[in-house]
Amino acid sequence: MFRHTLLGFALSAAVLSSSAFAGPVSREDVARHYATVVEASYTDTLTSARLLRDAIHAFVATPSEATLTSARQAWLAAREPYGQTEAFRFYSGPIDDAKGPEGRINAWPLDEAYIDSVKGKANSGIINNRKIVLSKDKLAALNERGGEENISTGYHAIEFLLWGQDFDANGPGKRSWNDFVDGQAANADRRRDYLKIIADLLVEDIASVAKAWQANSANYRAKFEKDPDALRKMMVGIGVLSRAELAGERMEVALDSKNQEDEHSCFSDNTHRDILTNALGIRNVWLGEYQRLDGSVLKGPSLRDLVADKDAKAADKVSADMDATLAAAQGIKAPFDQEIVQADGRKRVQATINALKKQANSLVEAAKALGIRKLNVKG
Amino acid sequence: MSILTLRPWLGAALAVSAVALTTGFAANQLADYRPGDEKLGGDTTVYETGRNAFSLPAANMHTDRQTQFFVGNSFFKKAWVEAPSSTTARDGLGPHFIARSCGACHALDGRGAPPAFDHQLQAEQPMALLFRLSVAGKPEPVYGGQFNNDAIPGVKPEGKVQISYREQPGQFPDGEAYSLRAPSYAFTELGYGPMHAKVEVSPRIAPQVIGLGLLEAIREQDILAIAQQQKTGPDGVSGRPNYVHDAYAGKKLIGRFGWKANVATVAHQSAGAFLGDIGITSPKFRHEECMPAQTDCLRAPSGGQPEIPANKMDAVIFYSRTLAVPAQRNADSEQVRRGQWLFNQARCTSCHVANYTTGVLAGVPEVSKQRIRPYTDLLLHDMGEGLADHRPDGLADGREWKTPPLWGIGLFNDVNEHTHYLHDGRARNLTEAILWHGGEAEAAKQRFVQFNKADRDALLSFLNSL
Repeated sequence: MFRHTLLGFALSAAVLSSSAFAGPVSREDVARHYATVVEASYTDTLTSARLLRDAIHAFVATPSEATLTSARQAWLAAREPYGQTEAFRFYSGPIDDAKGPEGRINAWPLDEAYIDSVKGKANSGIINNRKIVLSKDKLAALNERGGEENISTGYHAIEFLLWGQDFDANGPGKRSWNDFVDGQAANADRRRDYLKIIADLLVEDIASVAKAWQANSANYRAKFEKDPDALRKMMVGIGVLSRAELAGERMEVALDSKNQEDEHSCFSDNTHRDILTNALGIRNVWLGEYQRLDGSVLKGPSLRDLVADKDAKAADKVSADMDATLAAAQGIKAPFDQEIVQADGRKRVQATINALKKQANSLVEAAKALGIRKLNVKG
Repeated sequence: MSILTLRPWLGAALAVSAVALTTGFAANQLADYRPGDEKLGGDTTVYETGRNAFSLPAANMHTDRQTQFFVGNSFFKKAWVEAPSSTTARDGLGPHFIARSCGACHALDGRGAPPAFDHQLQAEQPMALLFRLSVAGKPEPVYGGQFNNDAIPGVKPEGKVQISYREQPGQFPDGEAYSLRAPSYAFTELGYGPMHAKVEVSPRIAPQVIGLGLLEAIREQDILAIAQQQKTGPDGVSGRPNYVHDAYAGKKLIGRFGWKANVATVAHQSAGAFLGDIGITSPKFRHEECMPAQTDCLRAPSGGQPEIPANKMDAVIFYSRTLAVPAQRNADSEQVRRGQWLFNQARCTSCHVANYTTGVLAGVPEVSKQRIRPYTDLLLHDMGEGLADHRPDGLADGREWKTPPLWGIGLFNDVNEHTHYLHDGRARNLTEAILWHGGEAEAAKQRFVQFNKADRDALLSFLNSL
C-alpha cells in the first residue's frame, strides 16, 4: 500500500514541480527550508526505526512466523524514509562527518560470516563466538574492524539476521524463525541478544542525527542555516549521491560484476526500493518538497527556485532529468539480483544509470548559476 | 621542473650557521605561497578532509572512466572468501593470507597501524603490519618471503607475531621531554617448525594509497637527476635508486613503491599484494606461494585459474593509480608557511623533494603532465641503525629505506583515527617520526631538534597541512 502512495506522489509531484514559488527567494530562505526538510526526513526515519525496534523486540520475545514477518515488514517500511535521507550525505554533516554514525547505520556490503553462521560455516561469526560479550559498545567497536566489510551493525546487519543469506533466484532469503529458538539452532540466545542490541543502537544513532537537525537548538542546524557554504553542501549531497554513490557504487558495480554480493539490500531483495528512494530524496532536496509518513507535504523555497531565478533553462533541465531518472528507476524490476543478469533487466538498470549521470551533469551546470564553479559529484 | 627548486641550500641557507639555528629564526621568515600551491596532486587534487579524504577519484577524471574506478574500488574493499563458495566472483582466499581484502589493511584507502595494546599487552594480531622474510636475499626456506598469520580452515597458519616496545626517553635542548618506542618482533606458535637461524625479518606497515599513479608517472631522469644533485649537498645525503624486476614490464625497472622501493609499478604492486597478502592468483602471478614443506597449503582448493580475472585485476590497478591526492590545508596561513620555510631551512627537502612535473603514463591521462608536490625523491637512503631492519631488498641494503611521500600525512587521524608513522608504525606522532631519522638524515634531524618550541610547532603544522 505504502509503496503505491509514494509512487503516486512521485509522479504527481513531477507535474507540480514546474509551478514553483512565485517571486524571488533568498539563499537563506532556501537553506532554512532545506533544514526543515532534513529534520522532517530524519524524524520520520526515527519513527520508523523505532517501529522496527519494537517489532524486533516482539519477535525476539516470541519467535514465530508471524512475528518474523512483521519485523521484516517493519524493516522494509523503515527503509522508505531512510533512503530519502541519503541525499543529505557527502558533505560531512551530522550523518557522515568524522564522528558521524553513517558507517554504523548503513554500511554494506557485509561479510555475513563476520556476524553469524553461513552456509558451510556453522560456527562462524560474532554470534557463535561465546567469548565475545555482546553489548552495544562492543558491537559498535567491532563494526568495520579489520576491513570495510566487517560490518556488525546497522540496517544491513539487521536485514541479514531477519532474512538470512539469499539463495533464491526469485525471492529473498528464507531464514527460519527457528534460528532464534533455544534448542532449534546453536547460540539462538546470542542471536536474539545481538539482533535486539543492534536494533536499539540503530535507533540511538538515528536519534543523534535527528537531534543535530532539530529546530531552535544550539546544534549543527543552527550553524548550517548561517553557513555561507550551505548551498554548495546541499548540491554536493545530491550530486555525489546521483553520480558516485547511486549510479557508480550501487549500480554500475553490480551491473559489471553481475553478482548479488554487489547489490545494496541483497538479503531482502529490496534494492529496487533503495534506488528509487535515493532518487526521490535527491529530488526532494532540489524541489524543497517532502511527503511525510503521515501523508502531509512540506513545500518551500528551493534550490530549483534559486537556479531558475538566474537560469531558467538550467533549472528546467535538472527537473526534467530528475523526472526521467525516477521514471527509469520505477522501471527496474525486483529482484535486482536477476535484473543485473538478464538482458532486458540490464537495459533497464543501464537506462537508470545513464539518467543519473545526465542528471549529475545538469546539476554541475545548474550549480554555476549559484556561483559554484566546479561542483563535486564524484564523492 | 625547475632544477633550482630542488637545491634550497644554494640560496641563503648556506649562510646559516648551526649557532644561529639554536636561537630560532626571525619569526617573520615565511615560505612563499601562490594560489594553487595547495594542489599537491596537480589537477587530480580534491578538496576533501574527513573519513573519505583518501577515497575519491582524481578530480580530472572523465565521467565515462569512473565506472572502471568504481569497479576497482569494489574489488579493492570487498572481502574474499575461501573456495568453493556461492560468492563465485570473490572466492579463492588463501590458503595462507594476512587479510581478506586490500581495504582490510588500507582501510578507507588509508594508513594502517600496528596492533592495539591494552595495559602493555598486545591486544590482537597485526592486520596492517606484515613481515617480509629472507635468508641471504632468498625466501626463508620453510615460510617463504612473507609471514602469514592467517589461513583458511584445514590449513595451518604460519604462526603468530609477538610485538613488544621498549620506551627510550629523551628531551629537546629546551627541556621538552619525548619518548621513542623501540620495537622488537618475535614469531610464536610456528605452524611448520623452526625458522632458519639466519632469517632476516622486515616489518612493513600498509601506507595510504593516494597519488600512486602520479608517482609512477614521475620521469626516471628526474629521479636520477636528484640523486646526482644530492651528492653535491653539504649533509652527506646521497640517495640511490633501487632497480627491481617488474612482472608486467617483464624487465628491471626503477623501484618506486614499497618501503624499500622494491616494486616498480602499481600493476605489479597490486597483483603482488593480491597474491602475497590475500592469496589471490592473477594473470601475472598464477601460483600460490605455498612452500614445499606446506603440504596442506599445496593441497588446498583453488578459486579458479586465475582467481581474479584480468579485467577485474585491471580495474583494481586503475583504481589504485587514480585515487586523488587531497589538497594541502591552510597552505596560505602564516603558521604553515613558517613551518614550510623551516622545513626548507632544515634541508628536509634534500630527500623530501617537493616539485615535479610528471611525464606521460600510458593510458592514464589523469596523472600525466601534472605539476605535483609529493615530497619524496623515491630514492634509498641509509637512515641509521635505529631504523635499520638489516634485511636487503633488491639493491637496498639492511639500513636503507625509500623516502616516503608526505602527501596525506596530516589526514591519518581524519581517515584512520590514528597518527602512527614510519615503516612499522612505531612512531606515535610526527615528532617521534622525525626523531627516529638518522644516518643520512641525522643532520636535518639535528636542525629540527635545535629549533625552539615555536619553530618546532610551526614545522609540525606544515607537515600536518599536507
